[in-house]
Amino acid sequence: METATGTLRLKTGLAEMLKGGVIMDVVNAEQARIAEAAGAAAVMALERVPADIRAHGGVARMAGVSKIREIQEAVSIPVMAKCRIGHFVEAEMLQEMGVDFIDESEVLTPADEAHHVDKFAFRVPFVCGARDLGEALRRIGEGAALIRTKGEAGTGNVVEAVRHMRQIMSQMRRLTTLRPEELMAEAKNLGAPYEIVRLVAETGKLPVPNFAAGGIATPADAALMMKLGAQSNFVGSGIFKSGDPARRAAAIVKATTHFADPKVLVEISADLGEPMVGIEIDRKPEAQLLQTRGW
Amino acid sequence: MNPTIGVLALQGDFAAHVAALGDAGARAVECRTVAQVNAVNGLVIPGGESTTLLRLLDGTGIEGAVRALVARGGAVFGTCAGAILVARETVRPAQAAWGLLDITVERNAYGRQVDSFEGAVPGGPFGAAPLPLIFIRAPRIRRVGPGVETLLALAGEPILVRAGRVLAGTFHPELTGDRRVHRAFVELCVARGAEVAGR
Repeated sequence: METATGTLRLKTGLAEMLKGGVIMDVVNAEQARIAEAAGAAAVMALERVPADIRAHGGVARMAGVSKIREIQEAVSIPVMAKCRIGHFVEAEMLQEMGVDFIDESEVLTPADEAHHVDKFAFRVPFVCGARDLGEALRRIGEGAALIRTKGEAGTGNVVEAVRHMRQIMSQMRRLTTLRPEELMAEAKNLGAPYEIVRLVAETGKLPVPNFAAGGIATPADAALMMKLGAQSNFVGSGIFKSGDPARRAAAIVKATTHFADPKVLVEISADLGEPMVGIEIDRKPEAQLLQTRGW
Repeated sequence: MNPTIGVLALQGDFAAHVAALGDAGARAVECRTVAQVNAVNGLVIPGGESTTLLRLLDGTGIEGAVRALVARGGAVFGTCAGAILVARETVRPAQAAWGLLDITVERNAYGRQVDSFEGAVPGGPFGAAPLPLIFIRAPRIRRVGPGVETLLALAGEPILVRAGRVLAGTFHPELTGDRRVHRAFVELCVARGAEVAGR
């Protein structure tokens, strides 16, 4: 049989398999095993979680090779890792190591202030963050197989993820109401590729899965994002910066599945221990925001 | 009569199966509870992460409801992670399995995502036209017990097997536009006409 690898269908296919699941940030093998045992659909291998990246400052880069290998050896679920925006050599190294998904992420310090990675040049799938529909469609135009909200990582505050998901969903609804001759002008307004704009106008949804990320800290946050149209949740600092990571992780997994059932949400939210301490975003100077990285 | 076929919707690509079953003429519903499983004539267990599915199934009683579904004449189709769940034995790493089908399945047996692949094989019992195949971090069926029929094979290895009303495949027919496998499963559900429990 003639076979093909690295096709768009295989890339979005893995994203399909992650639906209804939780992807958890982990910084070592022990955390990865806790995440897997709690029911994570995948882990994101990092040097530091976003809350610590904020606290430490300095340049945040791809995780170290031995760190990623340690985590790959610890679990059987997919392992993702982040590269800096535009840093295609970090991405090539992650692909070489057999990472299952690359997050070209605003959480790390950008390596290129004008260009993202050409994701079609890779066999490994990419996920990228977006704050609005234009940004999402630009990333899909570059070959992203999965879109997530940017939210505001490391804050434990879900407000920005809510803003970004509502923005993307309402802009997609609007596209479905336009006449065909109005789509070119709308593509220009969005700064998005016309062909993908036309596809979204026809189907009312992104051509790749659409997940939530950035500030999710509680089972209720996870369920809220699913209700707003997310198909899965990325949870970063919210788990391992909380009082009882194993319980909180398991509860967020259940909340992502049973998001429409408040009775289940109450049951799983009892006795969870302390959530991570959050940060109010309107008190945060613009220069400290991560979401404005990426173009 | 169009059968009502459930798709276990705890985690994974359940939405793609719901759409595929709809195309194939079934009334497809998402199942997250025992009561929902008790109301269907057949059940698809989709692709996803088998460790996640096991964690979400733990303590729900859904495993018992699936056994009861088979006992009352219903059909079950496990794809990828679903095939791992319905197997008698799962290896590398070993984990719990339901034992609905006498096969041994090895997890992630082709490698990591960069080794995921697509292709096509002759359609076998589904007709001569090539059947498109998508394998994503797929398992391999390493042993097939007596009484288990191999419906499709790839390079001599079984990739779609069946015993009675239980079907398991290591690829993802729901991610292609070819509906022959789902139509065959819908027919399996109709042919046996499972009674809906509790009516």
